[in-house]
Amino acid sequence: MKDINFKEVLLKPIFKGNPVTVLVLGICSSLAVTVQLKGAFVMALSVIVVTGLSSFVVSIIRNSIPNRIRIIVQLVVVALMVILVDQFLKAYSYSISKTLSVYVGLIITNCIVMGRIEAYALGNKPIPSLLDGLANGAGYGLILIVLAFFRELLGSGTLFGYRIIPQSFYDAGYMDNGLVILPPMALILLGLIVWIQRSIQKDLQEK
Amino acid sequence: MNTNGNTYTVIYSTVLVILVAAILAFVAMSLQDKQNENIKIETITKVLSAAAQSDEALTIDETTDVLAMYAEKITDAFNVDGLGNVKEHLNTGKGNVRDIKVPSTADLKKQNDILKKIADTKDEASKAALLESLDLPVFVFDINGRTVTVIPCYGAGLWGPIWGYIALAEDGKTIVGAIFDHKGETPGLGAKIAEAPFYTSFQGKAFGSGEKVFAVEKGKHEDDPTCVDAISGATITSQALGRGINLWATYYQPYLMTMQADEEVPADSQDETNPETTQTVEE
Repeated sequence: MKDINFKEVLLKPIFKGNPVTVLVLGICSSLAVTVQLKGAFVMALSVIVVTGLSSFVVSIIRNSIPNRIRIIVQLVVVALMVILVDQFLKAYSYSISKTLSVYVGLIITNCIVMGRIEAYALGNKPIPSLLDGLANGAGYGLILIVLAFFRELLGSGTLFGYRIIPQSFYDAGYMDNGLVILPPMALILLGLIVWIQRSIQKDLQEK
Repeated sequence: MNTNGNTYTVIYSTVLVILVAAILAFVAMSLQDKQNENIKIETITKVLSAAAQSDEALTIDETTDVLAMYAEKITDAFNVDGLGNVKEHLNTGKGNVRDIKVPSTADLKKQNDILKKIADTKDEASKAALLESLDLPVFVFDINGRTVTVIPCYGAGLWGPIWGYIALAEDGKTIVGAIFDHKGETPGLGAKIAEAPFYTSFQGKAFGSGEKVFAVEKGKHEDDPTCVDAISGATITSQALGRGINLWATYYQPYLMTMQADEEVPADSQDETNPETTQTVEE
């Protein structure tokens, strides 16, 4: 049995091997659901739950999965988790589930989930797989929240729906930036984050 | 064990799928009540918002207790048939706000199917029977002394159903508020029917009579009170909404006529405006 460095499993996906900025996975939804912090926060939690639980379940049954239908089995497990999350959101957080609309369902196609199952859960024990899933979900969630923070602050002047930029600024001629609300600006912001990360972490730069 | 044999693979996938289906069915059943409750509250919010647009001082946001406000403002809710007769009354939540009864979108769809059947039927006898079988909901609110009547509408949009609630003034013609919703119209195009300024453009418009009661068409329509401007880029959704409103409003006419007739009796309506004068003011 190989030794597993739990610290490495938990911390790498947050920064050094972040699924969004380093692996560049899950871009579509990180542009779509980051207009407001509240939505981004719930989306982040949903993805953490889905990546964690599906990695865990796939890891439990990893030795019994017929190799030829491996991807289909993984997809069924992921879809099960996503539908469960969607159902719970509809029951307990209806207004947020309306704002997230199709994007909760689209977690099924989020490459991070399948990527971690293929790359990690199929070859590791359940507990490390669970942690790996949770950590990768958290890495994705972190980027989501950072993006949403800037987009909501600059685009609507609020955070979590509370007004941050005072009315006196608006009276003095300040205006919310409408472009930040739109997905293209989210991609530019994401690019800036990648830039910052690569200038700190030199080994990521291609020669 | 050989996990790559055909028999194993078939049995494995069958068991897995049945297991997953069982879990999902169980969860869906146990959360159903809670989800339906959320959808009901959303419908109540829509009906109330349409009525509340008649009074600028009345705002509804996330913090509003919609159930309590609905129970406070509503005076009556009932179904009418296509001949204008009032049928059964709906619970307005005066006793307990949990008992409020509003029609679901499935109920609206059922009525919409009957309406379409009526529009296609030529035979007078079966048409009359169908008209009598209608259960069109009507909500009557008292918004700061003004009687506001809210009626729903329903139609098929580009990707799925679209529906809405239209609030009418005392004359049963003039629109004082409107709100729309949709299942899955294109965001940024058809989905704009659910946003201001589209729905606010209905305020001050009025139902006409005859073939064309109401329409959503391209253009400004400043002189035509029975028409609002369509959303550019969302022709199909706009037209579907116009057709839906027109169809529903047509079969509400018998009931709305009785409202107008009631109003002409000058019993306790000193401060209410006569429908004719309202029209002139509008124009």
